[in-house]
Amino acid sequence: MGEEVKLFRTWSSPFALRIVWALRIKAIEYETVFEDISNKSPSLLQCNPVHGKVPVLLHNGRPIAESLVILEYIDEAWKQAPLLPVDPHERAMARFWAKFGDDKVLGSIWSVFIKQGKEQEEAMVPAMENLKFLEEELKGKKFFGGDTIGFVDLALGWLANLIGLLEEIVGLKVVDGEKLPLLSAWMQEFGDAPIIKDNWPARDRMILKFQALRDATIAAASK
Amino acid sequence: MADEIILLDFLPSIFGMRVRVALAEKGLMYEYREQDLWNKSPLLLEMNPVHKKIPVLIHNGKPICESTIIVQYIDEVWKDKSPLLPADPYERAQARFWADYIDKKLYDLGKKITLTKGEEQDTRKREFLDFLKLLEGELGDKPFFGGENFGFVDVSLVAFSSRFYAYESFGNFSIEAECPKLIAWTKRCMERESVSSSLLDPQKVHDFVAGMRRRYGVE
Repeated sequence: MGEEVKLFRTWSSPFALRIVWALRIKAIEYETVFEDISNKSPSLLQCNPVHGKVPVLLHNGRPIAESLVILEYIDEAWKQAPLLPVDPHERAMARFWAKFGDDKVLGSIWSVFIKQGKEQEEAMVPAMENLKFLEEELKGKKFFGGDTIGFVDLALGWLANLIGLLEEIVGLKVVDGEKLPLLSAWMQEFGDAPIIKDNWPARDRMILKFQALRDATIAAASK
Repeated sequence: MADEIILLDFLPSIFGMRVRVALAEKGLMYEYREQDLWNKSPLLLEMNPVHKKIPVLIHNGKPICESTIIVQYIDEVWKDKSPLLPADPYERAQARFWADYIDKKLYDLGKKITLTKGEEQDTRKREFLDFLKLLEGELGDKPFFGGENFGFVDVSLVAFSSRFYAYESFGNFSIEAECPKLIAWTKRCMERESVSSSLLDPQKVHDFVAGMRRRYGVE
């Protein structure tokens, strides 16, 4: 039985990393196709004609796009090491937190990152509110998935890497170990887990990339 | 053991309608509680502390929030009747993809038509129609997005049809002229009792949108 699994990704996309982690957790063999966003391959555009974005998973020639959709697909197509819980209410909660991460947390953290001075101070308020909800959700748990890494951990996993990078670039503490002890501990625990640790993109490259993004955004905003 | 199902909702809400349709498709009895969104109830704030929004489904005391997530929950718990998601994982992924895209785009596209004027509105109308055309392409010659059966994507999209009259009226354009297949699909959906009993009458939706336009100072 030949399973052909291909992942279209970029070196830095946090959304694509979710898929790398899921495939590694399930011990699924796959081939990686690295894309250059400024010069997308015809294959990528053919596989994701609607958005033209990464990640795209190609399974036996059939494409699936949108990282959270891909995660659910992987979980259903390969039953070992389940990512989502069995109970329908717990599944609904997992989907809720993953969506919260993408719809609210990401944007609010990004706002803090691309602003400065008073605007940045103001942006910290919703960001902290959002992070506090995550802190609450971790009560009594090592991971969002419980004892082991699950769907929500993969969905929020970008926090474990990106927060530290952004904090270094802007010189601001966003996840304070005293104010958000559980989240802080989770970032450490998740970030250091074997499958996760091996796959973080090169730190110095990330610092350069995000510093440039911040500079460009601030410059554009002040025109 | 009887299930206790309560729906915290708001009649003109597209997102609420999705849940009403799903509950009706499964033939479920539930208590509907209309919410005042400008004076939110303690129950709503307790059941959805993160977003403080409707719809919220409360099943045997436990809340589920976010309409697409609620619909999937309903489909998983009451899986023996009228399945909304297909059985095959790849088909399911496609359904989730389109429902996600509709969620991300269509509400804002439509809302912007009703809250703008002149050239800006023309641009919004164009974007809206282009999106509907893309959906028409995905529908193709199938009776429903789910194929032969009314499914998850149909549930995600059909509630928007209750707003079409409002969009057309405030935007001064015809959706049917550019997207006849989609309008034919909405009529097909409305033949289902689950849909016709769950969607708010387009005139009432129109009047609600008119009120929102006054509130935002567009009129």
